[in-house]
Amino acid sequence: MEQSIVAPPIRCETHPDRYRHWRLSCDGQVATLTMDVTEDAGLRDDYRLKLNSYDLAVDIELADAVERLRFEHPEVRVVIVRSGKDRVFCAGANIFMLAGSSHGHKVNFCKFTNETRNGIEDASRHSGLRFLAAVNGICAGGGYELALACDEIFLVDDGAASVSLPEAPLLGVLPGTGGLTRVVDKRRVRRDLADVFSTLVEGVRGKRAVQWRLVDRAVARSRFDETVQARARDLAAASDRPDGATGIVLGPLGIRYGADGADGALVSLRVERQARVAHLTVAGPSGVQPQTADAIHAAGDQFWALRAFRELDAMLLHLRLNEPLIGTVVVRTAGDGDAVRAVDATLASLAGDWLVREILHFMKRTLKRLDLTAKSFIALVEPGSCFAGCLFELALASDRIYMLDDETRPTTVALSPLNFGPLPMSNGLTRLDTRFLGEPQLVADLAEEREPFDPLSAMDAGLVTFAPDEIDWDDEVRLAIEARAAMSPDALTGLEANLRFAGPETIETKIFGRLTAWQNWIFQRPNAVGERGALRAFGNASGRAEFDYTRT
Amino acid sequence: MISSERIPNNVDLHCNKRLQRALEHWQPRYLDWWHEMGPQGFQHYHQVYLRTAISVDADGWCHYDYVKMPEYGWGIFLANPVQDRTIGFGDFFGTRVWQEVPGEFRQPLKRLIVLQGDTEPASVEQQRLLGKSCPSLYDLRNLFQVNVEEGRHLWAMVYLLHTYFGRDGRDEAEEMLDRSSGDADKPRMLEAFNSPIDNWLDFFMFAMFTDRDGKSQLMSLSESALDPLSRTTRFMLTEEAHHLFVGESGISRILQRTCELMKSHGAGLSGDVRRVGGIDLPMIQRHLNHWFSESVDLHGSEVSSNAATYFGNGLKGRAREDTFDEHRALHQSYQVTAFDAGGFDTRTVPLRNAMNEVLRDWYIGDCEAGIARWNRILEKNGVGERLFAPSRRFNRKIGIYAPYHFDPQGQPLTAEQWAAHRHEWLPTDDDRAYLASLMASPVWEPGKFANWIAPPLRGINRQPIDFEYVRTDN
Repeated sequence: MEQSIVAPPIRCETHPDRYRHWRLSCDGQVATLTMDVTEDAGLRDDYRLKLNSYDLAVDIELADAVERLRFEHPEVRVVIVRSGKDRVFCAGANIFMLAGSSHGHKVNFCKFTNETRNGIEDASRHSGLRFLAAVNGICAGGGYELALACDEIFLVDDGAASVSLPEAPLLGVLPGTGGLTRVVDKRRVRRDLADVFSTLVEGVRGKRAVQWRLVDRAVARSRFDETVQARARDLAAASDRPDGATGIVLGPLGIRYGADGADGALVSLRVERQARVAHLTVAGPSGVQPQTADAIHAAGDQFWALRAFRELDAMLLHLRLNEPLIGTVVVRTAGDGDAVRAVDATLASLAGDWLVREILHFMKRTLKRLDLTAKSFIALVEPGSCFAGCLFELALASDRIYMLDDETRPTTVALSPLNFGPLPMSNGLTRLDTRFLGEPQLVADLAEEREPFDPLSAMDAGLVTFAPDEIDWDDEVRLAIEARAAMSPDALTGLEANLRFAGPETIETKIFGRLTAWQNWIFQRPNAVGERGALRAFGNASGRAEFDYTRT
Repeated sequence: MISSERIPNNVDLHCNKRLQRALEHWQPRYLDWWHEMGPQGFQHYHQVYLRTAISVDADGWCHYDYVKMPEYGWGIFLANPVQDRTIGFGDFFGTRVWQEVPGEFRQPLKRLIVLQGDTEPASVEQQRLLGKSCPSLYDLRNLFQVNVEEGRHLWAMVYLLHTYFGRDGRDEAEEMLDRSSGDADKPRMLEAFNSPIDNWLDFFMFAMFTDRDGKSQLMSLSESALDPLSRTTRFMLTEEAHHLFVGESGISRILQRTCELMKSHGAGLSGDVRRVGGIDLPMIQRHLNHWFSESVDLHGSEVSSNAATYFGNGLKGRAREDTFDEHRALHQSYQVTAFDAGGFDTRTVPLRNAMNEVLRDWYIGDCEAGIARWNRILEKNGVGERLFAPSRRFNRKIGIYAPYHFDPQGQPLTAEQWAAHRHEWLPTDDDRAYLASLMASPVWEPGKFANWIAPPLRGINRQPIDFEYVRTDN
């Protein structure tokens, strides 16, 4: 049965001029991001975003603001995250929005908000952009998780303001944006105290919040703003962001969305609804590419590496949010592999430049977005493709890689310095390291290899899954895609998530792993979403939650 | 030492080690707080003719004597238990009430008690300077009676926190003494309790309208499944009634005096009353508008998930729950008049989510009855003007009407219209300056009253009106 998307499509592109929920203001080295949610400007109208609670519309603006701070405001070193509402910082994700959302939307919402918070930490770790949460009042659930994503948390000490993770005791679910993981792993709160904290609806206030390491400082109301500003100045002094640099403008992408796909200047998406397959094609660079930092700055958002990955990012979000029935994505590239490698070489040699640094991290985050997309990806290396360097990462991020072996129409894949460090996965390793976890020497050998790989050598090197010849190609590819599309989407999601992230755990992998394994399980259980489940019962007139108390 | 002699009680304090230990620490801090934040200038040398509750029997709670306020016998009283009481509403309807706090509801019950408790000392703090502008010894005594009883109501809530909520409860009890009204760093929890009340018109209006919200809240808490909370609040209601009397009769006497001034000076319009040192009716209406709308706000949002949870769990009921036919309120709904850019619209919400509005309905009815009694004074004196309760939409800071402006009749206004007219509807700086000048000197002489207020019809506890309700030590 064709299930049409009832809601209007969700678009993640926005601009500060159009924000309804945040205000971004820059004052020299210190920027202030003020959360001031408009109650009736959520994605749907069946809930109101009271008390600075948020939905995806609110987080899309936050994500946009963080990106713009990185690209458009290189002078900013510290971001104060605060609230525009009196005695309310943020009440977290809107419960009524969650209760009224499909499971898929909840998962997408949690995933996106997690990526946004990881983006905040990424900006801090890699771009010298420090975040300081100025918590002036109610800071519950997702509100505290937003604060947790910041480098430091200052809490008003007025006998009322508290931080809390009330999800378990109040709603029968878990904090969905890494709250539990960050409490013990990032802030290193003792596990027994974290246990008490996470079961207290009212949370923890003032000095105890500091003693338990839940916040960094508790400050009297009358000295709060001044203390936050002073700390922001201290943090700014320690940042390595450039002096006197001018940002670039992240202009609108102008992607044209249609019934059967979407077209950007460099990335296109074709949808085969009947087959539940999408075809994603990324074009490589063409024409003269900038080779100096100045030239890259001048090209700005039209520079191929930035433009292509921004479009790719938008397409991935479109696939997740607006194409729930598409389960399989066939990934192709089109262009000249050497030209890709040339751009990669330029980027690698200019990595000290602030803008190049931002572009590389943006590419990294987009590839992580692909890793974390719950659809099957199959890369097809065909004649005219350019799976080289950073674009070969698209293949490495895919679940399988098919490479055509046809003497009359040759195909190659190739590596560049970008395959060996600058674009790690969320497990902290490169995709090659993760791929060859059992054979680390192979990666070292590959790093020496300058030449492109033909199908035979790519198979030998383990860089592709299969290399069918021209006689088998069509059938092999068709069967692989059809078989994939026929399997249980739940099983595939779990299977892929298990296989994609071999190697060590990081806070990021823990957050996403536990989100998928635990939260998504809990979100499906009758104890949360059944007729008498806690999430349904919250604030609802139908009575209190009733649990099935069975445990294993 | 903590002893039953010093602390009148009917909760077996003498054999309750936990309560004794908790109070040993808390009571000295409470007295420090009373000295520092209680009525200023009347702590050491003044003896006040006060009512002290010494038991919950019919006459035990109206024991009168002179007492220095810091030596007032703040006691702990629970109304007598109701035999075999069952839960009167919500999901646990018909089952036995709770004598202990169920772990599951520990947090929301604590929150309700702390919120209620926090308002009690807050009002004492707000009113601490009023003694210096009193219109009579009779009124001064009434102010202090209200103040010491608000102090006792704090004790009542602290008793519950100490007895039923463990260490957390003790911490919360401490913090009630740490916060103070209007403090920039540790303000009182509800905004309405953070601005000073520095003239007697405001005080009487506060006692009439804001204390009546207290009555609303206490009535709904007296329905609670937690029996000690129910019994505590039931006894508090007997005291609260006197506070409402002070407010309502205070305004009645101002109205009486205003009418007299209008007649004796031949001024047809009440606006002229100012020239002869009275308080004119438009100014009274503006203050009524302010305190009424602020107290309407205290009932919370029209549609509230907390209210639904409190009701469903049996924590907080409706005022006079027994007068309703259906006590689970599961399948009923309530019509809320919503407003947005498109105009008015009727929204049907599940009844449980509308419990704040149900309580607000009761409150508004109770206020309107009081205002009708005030208007009878105007009528009796042949004055044509009338006071009225503004629309519940007027001047709201909380709830669905808060983003918009409405006139006192409830008609929507633009921001410009509101700015142009608000001085007609709410107290102005001029009003405040006038009231300050009017009340600049206190009236100390027994039986004398300030020019702007009439004497009461009778004294306290059958004492004459010129009784020395407050006297100095020597």
